[in-house]
Amino acid sequence: MSDSGERLAINSDQDVVRVRQLVRTVAVAVKLSLVDQTKLVTAASELARNTFVYGGGGSAEVTRVDNGRRQGIRIVFADEGPGIADLDLALTDGYTTGGGMGLGLSGARRLVDEFAIDTEVGRGTTITVTKWCR
Amino acid sequence: MERVPVLKIGDILLVSIQIDMEDQVALQLQEDLAERIVVTGCHGVIIDISALDIVDSFVGRTLATIASISRVLDAETVVVGMRPAVAITLVELGLSLPGIRTALNVELGMDLLARSRAEEYDDEQDDESDPVVVNES
Repeated sequence: MSDSGERLAINSDQDVVRVRQLVRTVAVAVKLSLVDQTKLVTAASELARNTFVYGGGGSAEVTRVDNGRRQGIRIVFADEGPGIADLDLALTDGYTTGGGMGLGLSGARRLVDEFAIDTEVGRGTTITVTKWCR
Repeated sequence: MERVPVLKIGDILLVSIQIDMEDQVALQLQEDLAERIVVTGCHGVIIDISALDIVDSFVGRTLATIASISRVLDAETVVVGMRPAVAITLVELGLSLPGIRTALNVELGMDLLARSRAEEYDDEQDDESDPVVVNES
């Protein structure tokens, strides 16, 4: 069961800030603990920046979810950029093509409960993350 | 674009980040600080992040870069006021901020800068004086 989500375009630095703010608002609403809110907002910030910088822009959709036992938040980041050619490499700590620290993707994965990535060269990348209340 | 103010207090530059910074704002802060260190000749920089509810890899990298730039310009940087949840998240993210000195609040940060400046001064004094014979008993 899930409510319909809220979708934000990611086409600028400012949009990355907006995604952080929306995720925080929803994280507070589903009563994630302070540490979990912080982890989720940080992961969202990394992934939103990736969508903008590497994906050439895209969107984030933030949805409240409920699996019958627990509440949580699901965020889907989608772009129609170049896609990721070597996923294992992209998920390795310290690997970067963009001059960053190479912690965005691998770090974000550690900060959430569920992490799914769907990517194809030339078609784009969709990353779905979920964080559940404890 | 918003800008983070840099305040001069005595021999220290104080930056208190009160906004959710866009990446460009963080980069601008990096440039502003380098400029101000050179113009003022300050030897210490305190960056207060107590108002930040997250520090992601970009902001973390910017803080590390600011610390490195300051060092090259003969100033030391102390990051103060990190929230516990931010510290936990940063470490899990894989960012341990090597090379950055931290203190729990602005006051302790100022103490830290004063102490390290005094030690540096002592070292300079020692270098100039005759070798001291250590008591052998």
